[in-house]
Amino acid sequence: MSTYTEHDFFEDVVEQGYKYGFVTDTPSAKAPKGLSEDTVRYISAQKEEPGWLLEYRLKALAHFFKLLDEGKEPSWAHLNVPAIDYQDAYYFAAPGDRVKYDSIDDVPQEILDDFEKLGIPLREQAALAGVAVDAVMDSVSVATTFKEELAKDGIIFCSFSEAVQNHPELVRANMGKVVPYTDNLYAALNAAVFSDGSFCYIPKGVRCPMELSTYFRINEANTGQFERTLIVCEEGGYVSYMEGCTAPMREEYQLHAATVEIIAHDDAEVKYSTVQNWYPGSAEGKGGVYNFVTKRALCSGRNSKVTWTQLETGSAITWKYPSCILKGDGSVGEFYSVAFTKDYQQADTGTKMIHLGKNTRSTIISKGISAGHSNNSYRGLVKVNPKAENARNFSQCDSLLIGDQCGAHTFPYIEILNHTAQVEHEATTSKVGEDQMFYCQARGISEQDALNLIVNGYAKEILAKLPMEFAVEAQKLLSVQLEGSVG
Amino acid sequence: MSLLSIQNLHASVEDHEILKGLSLDVNAGEVHAIMGPNGSGKSTLASVLAGRDDYDISQGSVTFQGEDLLEMDPEERTREGLFLAFQYPVELPGVSTHQFLRTAVNSVREHRQLDELSVSDFLKLMKEKAEFVNLDPKLTQRSVNEGFSGGEKKRAEIFQMAMLDPQLAILDETDSGLDIDALRVVSEGINKLRNEDRAFVLITHYQRLLNFIVPDRVHVLVGGRIVRSGGPELAEELEAKGYDWLLDEAGVSA
Repeated sequence: MSTYTEHDFFEDVVEQGYKYGFVTDTPSAKAPKGLSEDTVRYISAQKEEPGWLLEYRLKALAHFFKLLDEGKEPSWAHLNVPAIDYQDAYYFAAPGDRVKYDSIDDVPQEILDDFEKLGIPLREQAALAGVAVDAVMDSVSVATTFKEELAKDGIIFCSFSEAVQNHPELVRANMGKVVPYTDNLYAALNAAVFSDGSFCYIPKGVRCPMELSTYFRINEANTGQFERTLIVCEEGGYVSYMEGCTAPMREEYQLHAATVEIIAHDDAEVKYSTVQNWYPGSAEGKGGVYNFVTKRALCSGRNSKVTWTQLETGSAITWKYPSCILKGDGSVGEFYSVAFTKDYQQADTGTKMIHLGKNTRSTIISKGISAGHSNNSYRGLVKVNPKAENARNFSQCDSLLIGDQCGAHTFPYIEILNHTAQVEHEATTSKVGEDQMFYCQARGISEQDALNLIVNGYAKEILAKLPMEFAVEAQKLLSVQLEGSVG
Repeated sequence: MSLLSIQNLHASVEDHEILKGLSLDVNAGEVHAIMGPNGSGKSTLASVLAGRDDYDISQGSVTFQGEDLLEMDPEERTREGLFLAFQYPVELPGVSTHQFLRTAVNSVREHRQLDELSVSDFLKLMKEKAEFVNLDPKLTQRSVNEGFSGGEKKRAEIFQMAMLDPQLAILDETDSGLDIDALRVVSEGINKLRNEDRAFVLITHYQRLLNFIVPDRVHVLVGGRIVRSGGPELAEELEAKGYDWLLDEAGVSA
């Protein structure tokens, strides 16, 4: 048992604030500012990509401009998104002036140091036991740990760029199959200018022996990050994948438009966990990351299963709906979410569970926590198609309010086209009670510790679903964010 | 010097005065029972002492160990050695009793400039105190009060008291809602915690609690003031005659 006590934990929390807000001082090779065919060609050339991929990017770019011209920025979310000038940003930035790192020995020390500061040691002797990490800064993956060891089981875990070079057939056969670039404006933008992310391939019958994780870091100013991740799990395979994200504190907003695709074949199981801690902007609502993300899983095989678990605490604006298409008969989709907003943060997040196959099941548990002047919405769709006999869904959406200036909203959509479906929806809204706070104080506990206890208790059911290595970190992060939310 | 000294205390809620000049002195080692009809201000007294901020104190003073109690935040009062056992203990869903009490105990210890308890010492303490007050250890493995029966909640309060080891314990209608067996267990716990350094203020509507815990002093609270004080025999008199005769005497209509 660890000797680290809750008390240490709360002390740490008090001292921390947004401890990820520093900037790594390293030269950066950037694409010319703005978005054009030239930008796309530049990125593709930097990454020495094959012709088919450049073509794909250019088609996506054309589609993006078409949607933009038609004014098709998604406007249905309960968000107030300031106008984004897509020409006033950089779309590619290579830290340390290099587009590719073949060995960790080539990575500049300041980058390694700063990842270490973020709690991500990249040299394998120091690396977290049992967790393989792909570390992405701005547009480039700087290192991936335990690659060779995983390869012994036939598992491919590498940066997306590397996969394009070394496993082009796998990438080509799967990318864009779950989230086509025509899906939405941000998906089109990502498909045009995506830089790095991770590629995971789990062969038939293999249970991945360690947690796979990607750590995303935005470093450069005025630079968007366009992560692209693809996970393919073959028949009977299993993998637990985890992503973490942070960014420096900057006055101006930063754009993060990611696409994540998961494909699970027969009897395969994928757990995808996120601890999202992008810079949320200042207490007055200045700066921060705009997090516009399309994440979707295709449970294509019989009895396949995908679980999304997320702790969302960062970003000025979050627009994110990790979803499951339950195509295989007996496939299972799960979505577990804790979204915390404070100050002037806005979050519109939830999921879509699309039941296509027979006997498909889905579970949604969403817990929103709002403090300060923030707005926090759950938006979810449960759809049961005509052929999905005996589909089951259970949804539970809870909201917790801290103070009386914040907002919590729930937008559940349910479309049932098969009469054998069973769908349950529960929703609650509660306030952190004065009675609960006073009860803790009457036991000698400070107001801040009391709030930490109560909120972590509320979120515990979800945090417990995160991989063990990250559950404590997640609890800590939630408490850091709660700092200053009393009263 | 008294451990607790309340002088001419006036407290109101939303311009409605509830305590109207209450005075009470409690010395270390003493057990005082405060009895009174519904609405006489018993629970208000407990809340004001514990530091609930719903009340306006317009007059009077309260000192605890010579310090001005009313100036302290609620958590500071507890760290200084005051403990309130709630009439309605609050449920904290998802908050483990272990985590809750460890935070509480270590907050109190830090205030008293004692080292933080290690996990193993804390677990030992929890086991020892649970046995001492005869609490089912299974309850300590659950979330704080969540889904506890009324009796379990009251017993858990006595257990928490034992964990925090206060100088002065205020028990707000700890006997309410208990059947006779539960009342016996709870009373036994309290009696075991009685010693020459620790004082108790038992707030109760009924005399039956005092069959199990014999008080040093009994006070009758009517209309926001203590109208009569005496020994244990006063409680028996109240049991026999009810409160009406005192209400008449005090010129208060029930």
